Amino acid sequence: MKDRNHLFDVGISHTVNIIDKGTVDIPMLQILQPDGSAHSDAQMPDMSQETAHKIFQTMHYIRVLDERMVGAQRQGRISFYLACSGEEASTVGSAAALSEHDMIMSQYREQGALAYRGYRTEQFMNQMFSNKLDPNKGRQMPIHYGDKALNFMTISSPLATQIPQAAGYAYGQKMAGNQAITICYFGEGAASEGDFHAGLNMAAVLSCPVIFFCRNNGYAISTPSSEQFCGDGIAARGLGYGIKTIRVDGNDVLAVYLATQKAREIALTENCPVLIEAMTYRLAAHSTSDDPTGYRSKEEEQKWREKDPVQRFENWMKSKGWINEEQHKQFIEQTRQEVLAAMKKAEQVDICEIDDLVNDVYDMPPWHLQEQLSQLKKHIRLYPDAYPKTAGRIRHD
Amino acid sequence: MIKMNMLQAINDALVTAMNDDEKVMVFGEDVGHFGGVFRATSNLQQKFGKGRCFNTPLTEQGIIGFANGLASQGSVPVAEIQFGDYIFPAFDQIINETAKFRYRSGGQFTCGTLTIRTPYGGGIAGGLYHSQSPEAFFAHIPGMKVVIPRNPYQAKGLLLASIRDDNPVLFMEPKRLYRASVGEVPEEDYELPLGKADVVKEGEHITLLAWGAQVDVIEKAAEMAEKDGISCEIIDLRSILPWDAHTVSESVKKTGRLIINHEAPQTGGFASEISATVQERCFLYLESPITRVCGLDTPYPLAHEKEYMPDHLKTYEAIKRCVNY
Repeated sequence: MKDRNHLFDVGISHTVNIIDKGTVDIPMLQILQPDGSAHSDAQMPDMSQETAHKIFQTMHYIRVLDERMVGAQRQGRISFYLACSGEEASTVGSAAALSEHDMIMSQYREQGALAYRGYRTEQFMNQMFSNKLDPNKGRQMPIHYGDKALNFMTISSPLATQIPQAAGYAYGQKMAGNQAITICYFGEGAASEGDFHAGLNMAAVLSCPVIFFCRNNGYAISTPSSEQFCGDGIAARGLGYGIKTIRVDGNDVLAVYLATQKAREIALTENCPVLIEAMTYRLAAHSTSDDPTGYRSKEEEQKWREKDPVQRFENWMKSKGWINEEQHKQFIEQTRQEVLAAMKKAEQVDICEIDDLVNDVYDMPPWHLQEQLSQLKKHIRLYPDAYPKTAGRIRHD
Repeated sequence: MIKMNMLQAINDALVTAMNDDEKVMVFGEDVGHFGGVFRATSNLQQKFGKGRCFNTPLTEQGIIGFANGLASQGSVPVAEIQFGDYIFPAFDQIINETAKFRYRSGGQFTCGTLTIRTPYGGGIAGGLYHSQSPEAFFAHIPGMKVVIPRNPYQAKGLLLASIRDDNPVLFMEPKRLYRASVGEVPEEDYELPLGKADVVKEGEHITLLAWGAQVDVIEKAAEMAEKDGISCEIIDLRSILPWDAHTVSESVKKTGRLIINHEAPQTGGFASEISATVQERCFLYLESPITRVCGLDTPYPLAHEKEYMPDHLKTYEAIKRCVNY
């Protein structure tokens, strides 16, 4: 496509030729049917039993974590949570197809990808309880994870800002000869932001090895995708940018895995972006601050429950004889205990010291921040009861 | 030392930085083969290749978003926004991303290597959209540094320091000086300190403070005042954030008077911040009210550009008002 000069090498038509959204039909890759049986003619991914097992466990792990943390928010133990039920295949399946050296830039509903990379329960908890063991030093709301060691970029709340950033990160990887790519997750709602356009266009023009992974889960908080865009989903836009594009069943973990593997190979060997649109459904509420009964029906949710990605994969795993029921039950029970224990532990840990309020704004706190900190400490000493979390721990300097 | 104009000094700084560190990459609209609309990036693509100096599509939010990602990866991006007036589509990337990257990740990830270069300011018949001085917006963003040079020597030393500083820097270039300001510039690699004001000339009766192209303006006003027997101390602030309150306050304690001059509109301009801080620190030393000589609170005009500008005559009148208060 890039080789064609659109100014000179343009086909001529002698009648009005209208190109409409139906002109190009973008099919959806599906390997597993909703009941978990494979289509007889489907191209099967080369997935080892070990990988399948890790994917399976991670999907279940995340379901337990989500269920427990939504509960913890209801109990008032954390301020906020954001579940990913229904989208586990999209995030876990895609993360499984990557190398651990690939950078993950997520939106905020990709805890599945992070867990697959090896983020531990206590790490999830320390972040959510904003304690001093949180690598973000208690500065961000719950679920804004990040881990440099796992190549998982720290999440920020503004939507779609990570999209042009992923193009830049991938360009840097290419220039450094890292043999690694970047994957960038976002929702179909975020794709309406200007940063989506900017990021995809730049990645295409500057030949960046990046996978743009859209979780088209039907809703941006309460707004259905029918009120978000008119075209043929997000995939159709890829063609406009000259980006190779795959549409995949986001509730079919085998299809997501295969699509991402292929996309990674293309991005790395051809130094170019690839767009994946995963068709899925946010079974969960947007966040704990949201109530979906106000904007969608139980019947609609039920239809999607029947396509549940975890059950679908479980059925396939069973058909392969790869699940030991007893061990699986034990794993679920252990995970529940582990989450509860880690939560109890994390909520006991202090918040960071007051100095961390001004650290990391710059590499070193400049004079005005030092001045403001020292005035603040004086003030806290005057009214220690008003600032109980820090008052007792201020060092006299 | 060689005589250079400000554009040549900036180009020389970029060449020096790119020679010194292969991770330095320069990009923006038209900066590639063409060398930028002002030619600040002339010959960089020819010298360092398309991988390290390249055109981007016309998208400011994309340029800064891309630059943020590239910086967080460990490269050293020097991104150009063609005019300061067009930086606003990138405002979100700068405020919410560039400036907060380090803080929000507890120092795991940062955009510290990023430098954003942009021409700003009036005096070139640029009208509303090729003349603005938006430094005060960026002075309100914890995590950013904002730096403005006043001549070619300052431009090279401050730009090299900005590129190598471990914090994101917005480097604002007074475009009416691009070719007008000519001076001696060392050929070797050197840096000038960020966050430090420069006392251009010592004086006794009043302190005049400005940055960028307005330093020339206050110097001209000072020459007029000297003829009336008024001795002016002239300070170039150089860094808007963090700014050197110490040097300014020490000067005001000595002279008892302060005039701040900037091109940007007066209300909410950076002079307001300086004024508030200096009165807190120097209240008992002040002989007259701290005075602002600024642009009007209008969009930047075209036909009335001369009238709008806080020129040497307005500054001279303000000096007399302060001294005779």
